[in-house]
Amino acid sequence: MSQVVFWTGNEVTAEAGIAAGCRFFGGYPITPSSEIAAVMAKRLPMENGIFIQMEDEIAAMGACIGAAMAGAKSMTATSGPGFSLKQEHIGFACMVEAPCVIVNVQRGGPSTGLPTHPAQSDLMQARWGTHGDHAIIALAPAYLRELYLEIIRAFNLSEKFRLPVIVLIDEILGHMSECFEVPEPHEYTIFNRVKTDKSPEEYNPYEVSDGELVPPMANYFEGYRFHATGLNHDKTGFPTTDQVLCQTDEVRKHEKIAQNRAEIDSWEEIMLDDAEVLVIAFGSTARGAQTAVEEVRKDGIRAGLFRPITVWPFPEERVRELAQGKKAVIVAEMNLGQMILEVERVAHSDVKIVGCQKIGGIPIEPYEIVAKIREVG
Amino acid sequence: MADRFEARFSAVGGQGVILAGDLLARAAYEEGKFSVQSPTYTAQVRGGPTKIDVIISEEKILYPRTMAIDFFLSLAQRSFDSFGVGLKPGCTILVDPNLVHDCKGHKNVYRIPVIDLTHTGLGRIVYTSVVALGAMVELTHVVKNETIQKIVEKHAPKGTEKQNLKALDIGFSAAAAAKADE
Repeated sequence: MSQVVFWTGNEVTAEAGIAAGCRFFGGYPITPSSEIAAVMAKRLPMENGIFIQMEDEIAAMGACIGAAMAGAKSMTATSGPGFSLKQEHIGFACMVEAPCVIVNVQRGGPSTGLPTHPAQSDLMQARWGTHGDHAIIALAPAYLRELYLEIIRAFNLSEKFRLPVIVLIDEILGHMSECFEVPEPHEYTIFNRVKTDKSPEEYNPYEVSDGELVPPMANYFEGYRFHATGLNHDKTGFPTTDQVLCQTDEVRKHEKIAQNRAEIDSWEEIMLDDAEVLVIAFGSTARGAQTAVEEVRKDGIRAGLFRPITVWPFPEERVRELAQGKKAVIVAEMNLGQMILEVERVAHSDVKIVGCQKIGGIPIEPYEIVAKIREVG
Repeated sequence: MADRFEARFSAVGGQGVILAGDLLARAAYEEGKFSVQSPTYTAQVRGGPTKIDVIISEEKILYPRTMAIDFFLSLAQRSFDSFGVGLKPGCTILVDPNLVHDCKGHKNVYRIPVIDLTHTGLGRIVYTSVVALGAMVELTHVVKNETIQKIVEKHAPKGTEKQNLKALDIGFSAAAAAKADE
């Protein structure tokens, strides 16, 4: 029988990481994510894993990358200010193609902002926080059982495509609890990185065969020479300034995502078949948005909800299709307008797009979305 | 949304209401209902205004915070002032009259001195939030008294089960008496 739990979102995150095979956590506590580190500090030793409390968020991210390169599935968790600090190392992880998972339990900002209150204002930072044309994946679940499965999926995607995967939740999801049955192992798959079958003499850490996008890995300390640098590098891992090699390698990293959208993309569509008003919301905000959609339906207003679960890459094509011909599109988010920029980018220019935005630490309440729908519907 | 029951417990950090809310949510689940608890506190762990919203429903719960509160507990004036908003007309309100003096004209207020009762009955005020929880359950019957007893017993730190059950009883009796006075 499944185990029924009443964990907080932060406890779910830690337990799901362990279920996914995470055996290293680079920690630096910060509200509202601290319980993830606390649970990992207690649980990882029981699983022969390692928890290390570093001196700051930057070092925690660095430890995470090091552990990933040495073969461990690794994770770190943080919130706004810590997420900012981690950005340089996230870029390094992108460059050296280190599989790892970064959980950001979003809080109000900028700066230290509102430590104990929710926000969704790190959406763009998750995509563009570190410099350079990097490829990245970010997932934003809305329910705690889904959070469990998305943490596992984050590890799978990071291992499969050798890149950092960000999981964006917020203070509400991190601290709330709701009962659910812990998914059984047969309900999900676990993907472990592809390791090289070459000998140490033949191995180049960034060599891909024709049509291959993800270089097979050799773990550190297994007798392979593996040079990792933040500089652009050739197949040997050593720096190069050869324009063709640099561009080819960076484009390959983007193609890892572009050519695997079917596997990476994930969203939920609710009551969209006959919808005239399209509501788009992600994470905890989507829960109130669904309540709002159900409420206006009682009065005959045909509204529906599109909820991206994979937020990066943004589901451009599906949003473009869904937005077409709608009376209006409402984008509800706990920030001053970030996802709406993506919707405006991809939707046809004749579609009316309006925001339902709120910051300051109080979530968007269903009646606020209801009012917006009534305005346009 | 029709069958949603929304409770808000508020106090200042350290009084234990977040734990009490968590126990209520677990009790509702024990009875086969859906429940969600969602806490709010300030950066100060102790001494800052704090609250927990508990939603109980026969259906899957979408929005995890309150929309129209059916029951409001406050153990501090500051938390009453900050969090006594969004109350449904006729919302049942429970306050400790020694700590909350101004109920802003709200009706349906039960004034039960939970801290004094805890101190007199158990000698330690650490059980205050459990006394308040017992009173809340007796006032609303949102879960059965036996269910909350079972959950409190299960989650009480080892060796404190008896005191916690006694705390619940103190709350049950005080609320029953308050209702009889109506």
